[in-house]
This record gives sequence, C-alpha cells and structure tokens, in this order.
Amino acid sequence: MFSIPTFIDSFGPLAWAARYTLLVSGLGIALGLVIGALVCAAALSPSKALRRVAAIWVSFLRGVPLLVQLLLMYYLLPVVGINVPAVAAAVISVGICASAYISEIWRGAISALPRGQSEAAVAIGMSARTIWGRIILPQAVVMSLPALINELILLVKASSLVSVVGILEITRASQAQAATTFRPLEVYLAAACIYLAINLCLAGIGRWLEHRTAV
Amino acid sequence: MDMDVLQQYAPMLLRGFGITIFCWLVGTVLGMALGLLIALAQRYGSKPVRWLLQIYIEIIRGTPFLVQLFVLYYGGPLIGLRLDALPAGLLGLTIYGSPYFAEIFRSGFNAVPIGQIEAARAIGMTEPVIIRRLLLPLGLVSALPALVNFSIILTKETVILSIITVPELMYQVSRMSTETFRYLEANLVLALFFWGLVEAISRLGRRVETRITKHLIERV
Repeated sequence: MFSIPTFIDSFGPLAWAARYTLLVSGLGIALGLVIGALVCAAALSPSKALRRVAAIWVSFLRGVPLLVQLLLMYYLLPVVGINVPAVAAAVISVGICASAYISEIWRGAISALPRGQSEAAVAIGMSARTIWGRIILPQAVVMSLPALINELILLVKASSLVSVVGILEITRASQAQAATTFRPLEVYLAAACIYLAINLCLAGIGRWLEHRTAV
Repeated sequence: MDMDVLQQYAPMLLRGFGITIFCWLVGTVLGMALGLLIALAQRYGSKPVRWLLQIYIEIIRGTPFLVQLFVLYYGGPLIGLRLDALPAGLLGLTIYGSPYFAEIFRSGFNAVPIGQIEAARAIGMTEPVIIRRLLLPLGLVSALPALVNFSIILTKETVILSIITVPELMYQVSRMSTETFRYLEANLVLALFFWGLVEAISRLGRRVETRITKHLIERV
C-alpha cells in the first residue's frame, strides 16, 4: 500500500538537499557560460587551429555521457595535483559538459543575426569591439535566453548523477531516506515531485523571459 | 592503460558492449513505438486522454532518468512490479524516451499540410487510411532528423543503467577499474570509446535518414 504520510514526510529532507542540486546546477551553468563563451569565440575565430580545437571540444563533450565525464574528472583532478572537494569536482564537470552545448547555442544565435547589421556598423566606422559590445552580443544574448533556460533545466536533471560521487543532493538524499524508511516508492516519487517543481518553475521563468524580451 | 589488462577483461567488456547496444536498440524501438502511440492518441484522442498524456509527458520530461529508474526498480515491488535489473532498465529507457519521441512525432504530424489531409478526406479516404498513407510517411520525413538525434542521445543514457546494476559496458568498466585500481585509465578508455560510438552512430544515422527519406518520398 502506498503510504501518504511517508510520502509527505519525505519532502522535508529532500527539499533541504535540493540546495546542493541548485548549487551544482547554478554554478555549473555559470561556469558553462564562461567556458562556452571562450569556446564560441574559438569556433568563430579566423584561426583554423582554434576552430578545430573548438570542434573537437564540442564533439567530445557531446559524445561522452555525463556520468563518464563526471567520474573521469573525479579521478583526473587528484592526478594532476588538484585536490578539491567532491562538490567542486562535480561543478567543474557539469560546467565543462554544459560549455559544449552553451557554445553551440551562442554560435547559433550569433550566426542567426543578419550580416547586414555588422556590415553597416563597419561602414559607419565602428570598431570591432563596439560592434560586438553594442550590436552583436546584446541581441545574441536575448535570442539565446530560452535555449539557456532549457539548458539549465537539463542541468538540474543531470545533476542527479552527481549522487554517484557522494554529494548529498536530492537523489542521494532520497536514497538515504529510502534506506531508512524502507519505503522507496514514496520517497523516490517525492524526489520526482521536487525535481518537477524546480523544472516547472524554471520553465515558467523561461517563458516569462521570452515574453519580456520578445522583439 | 595496460594492454594486458584490456586483453584479460576483453570478454567481459565485449559482453557489456553487447548489452549496451541491446539496451539502446530495444529502448529506442520500444520508446519510438510508445511515442508514436502517444502522438496519435494526442491527435485523435478525447480531451481527457489528451490532458492525461500531456501530464505524463510533463512528468517524464521534468524528472531525471535516474529517479525514474529508482521508482521503477526499487519502488516497483511495493505495487507488485518485481523486475530484474535488465528488464527494469529496458522498461525505464522505453518510458523515458517515449515522451520525447511523442513530441517529435507530434511536430512531424503538424508539419503535414492540412490541405493534403482535407483533400484526402474529400475523396473519401477513411481516417486509418489517411494515417497509414499520408500522415505517417509525410510526418516521418519531417520528424526523421530529430528522431535520429534523440536516438543518439539515448545511447549515452544507457550508462545510467549501470547504477541499478544492469551489466552493460559502464558497469563492466567499473568492475574492471575496481579490480585493477586503474580508475582514471578505465574511465578515459570508456570516454574515448563512447565518443567513437556516438560519432559512428551519428554518421550511420545520417545515412539511414537519407535513405528512409528517399524511400518515403517515393512511396507518397
């Protein structure tokens, strides 16, 4: 029989553990935005070598499962002399993985802008810096907002995998809770409800942003 | 990575690779079939059916695959659903993929010009015939790139099955690294292997996509 009290009682500890889910996803996307911008710049640069590096970066990260990347990072960091807590390793891993997708989102947004705009800016004597800062980037950021929110939703779901390296986020907390209550169905359904609530909120924010920034 | 170690564990890794491919194929085929049924039910079903299916799609797309697997594998016995790891994994992959496939099919069906469907009705075609002769072939042509794309994504999702002890490649590599203490090398080999596999499947997928599109257009 499904136990409603167990289901309701599970929400407290799981909601508390959600802070790690949000931390890993939030910092992961922030890191992904920074690295993604660099990869995007490399992909759009005149240098063939840089474009090649960016292409390999994106291809590798999009071709390897996040779980494998996570374990790779977890074992690689100590080898190269970087001893960081598991949470930091997870954030780095999630951020690096997100950077591949984010760089493609930005590349798509920049490529979608009419060439005439930057040509007109060059014609009236604007410098490359001004063109990027005043014309291309503001429009590209607005255009890519819905896709970036979507990426954040995907990251929230992907963050469940960091439970494998022992971080007490929602999934890990639900495993512990299921082990103590012997009611896995109720506990995991409560975890699913929390993930769903977070993602529905994010989707709502995404729709609101899309509406606000609509040209 | 020591080649002797790889040689020693080769049979185990090959078995794991076979199970990975098997899980991916079964998950993709069944997920696609279920997704197609959902898309058709959303198109032709009554309002409550459409509403229920939309809730199902939102729930599955809004929750992590790992949590869905846990609900199925650990929570299933509480409602009389006792499954071994492999069947639970296959069912999990099918359920996880179905709403994504359903949405792809739905957008494919919506891309079929309404005028063609109205013309088919005007010449007396029944709805099942319209589905078989018009909606499915034309809808598939539009949906094919996205279907291939999501099938490739499912390849990567199979590694999550190792967490519920499905003996696929990731599980076997984890076993090997635990026994040899070569965690970094084992995961690096696995990463390179998956990269190659996904690239190969992507290329194969594009070829299959071109062929099927050609065949469907000729049929219509």
